[in-house]
Amino acid sequence: MSRVTLFSICASGALLLYILEMVRRRKLREEYSILWLTGSVVILVLSLKQDWLVGIAHAVGIVYPPSFLFLVGILFILLILIHFSIAISKLHQMNKKMAQEIALMKQGSQSEKK
Amino acid sequence: MEGTPPRILITIPAYQEERSIGGLVRSLRERYPYDLLVLNDGATDRTSEAAREAGAIVLDLPCNLGIGGAVQTGFQYARDRGYDIVVRIDGDGQHEVEDIPKVLEPILAGKADAVIGSRFLGETEYRGSIPRIFGIRFFRLLVNVTTGYRVTDPTSGFFAINRRLVAFYSDHYPSDYPEVDAYILMHRLKARAIEVPVRMYERAEGKSSITTFRAVYYMFKVTLSFLINCIRRFG
Repeated sequence: MSRVTLFSICASGALLLYILEMVRRRKLREEYSILWLTGSVVILVLSLKQDWLVGIAHAVGIVYPPSFLFLVGILFILLILIHFSIAISKLHQMNKKMAQEIALMKQGSQSEKK
Repeated sequence: MEGTPPRILITIPAYQEERSIGGLVRSLRERYPYDLLVLNDGATDRTSEAAREAGAIVLDLPCNLGIGGAVQTGFQYARDRGYDIVVRIDGDGQHEVEDIPKVLEPILAGKADAVIGSRFLGETEYRGSIPRIFGIRFFRLLVNVTTGYRVTDPTSGFFAINRRLVAFYSDHYPSDYPEVDAYILMHRLKARAIEVPVRMYERAEGKSSITTFRAVYYMFKVTLSFLINCIRRFG
């Protein structure tokens, strides 16, 4: 087993355990953990199953199989970032709605008092 | 609008305008019998108090939403309370309060759904900086080509709209830099929008919401959101 394989097994395994622990302690909500979990499982499996990694890498034209692992990693990071941008936009929208409702409600209760 | 006179609300978005807002509200009260609503967009100075003391209704937003978000809150207020027409005028003295009847008249006459005050129609003394004039030309072209409205002042924040647009804008209005976008929204609604000449001045107090630093971002953001609004669905 090459050193790069060993390293990627350790790294993806540690990431997987860390994410699971964060979810268990409720520091990370389940819906935000799904992409992290899938990503680390995919990398872990490809690190353990060398022949799968080599097969897929060659099938898509990658000569050095471990660089396929980087590609998978980068793709998952991209997906996670897009997911975050969408989540932030949703929060932004909710925040705006709430600020508007609060302003309207505050004014309403003030004019009732008068 | 049959029988009873139309209910008109003048909305004034204001952020850090403690020095000019009081005078503006007082001069509006002297001239017009309409309700005045100041939208305090999370200002940390005495904007809210100054407006209230001068006799306006004030909505205090708990945080700064940006001009579009603040103005939209005014539309929601008008929708909830059944106003027929909403006028929007700047809180910094850029717009001539005497010109309010000009933006109201075509709506009262039932000739338009939206009337936008243009600083470029008729004789004008308006002198903007070169990038600003360039931006206005660019947006003018964008609006005219895509919507078919004949627009001279696409970034004007001095306008009046009727109930139908108030209801629509209450749900769909961009958070920042909303004026150019509004044209595509009106176009999608097949609203009748016309321009009338109004006077505008350089800002009396405070700073413009558009600094040169933000100009490029402004151009990109507005163009993007304008083009997206062309293909967006409105439920």
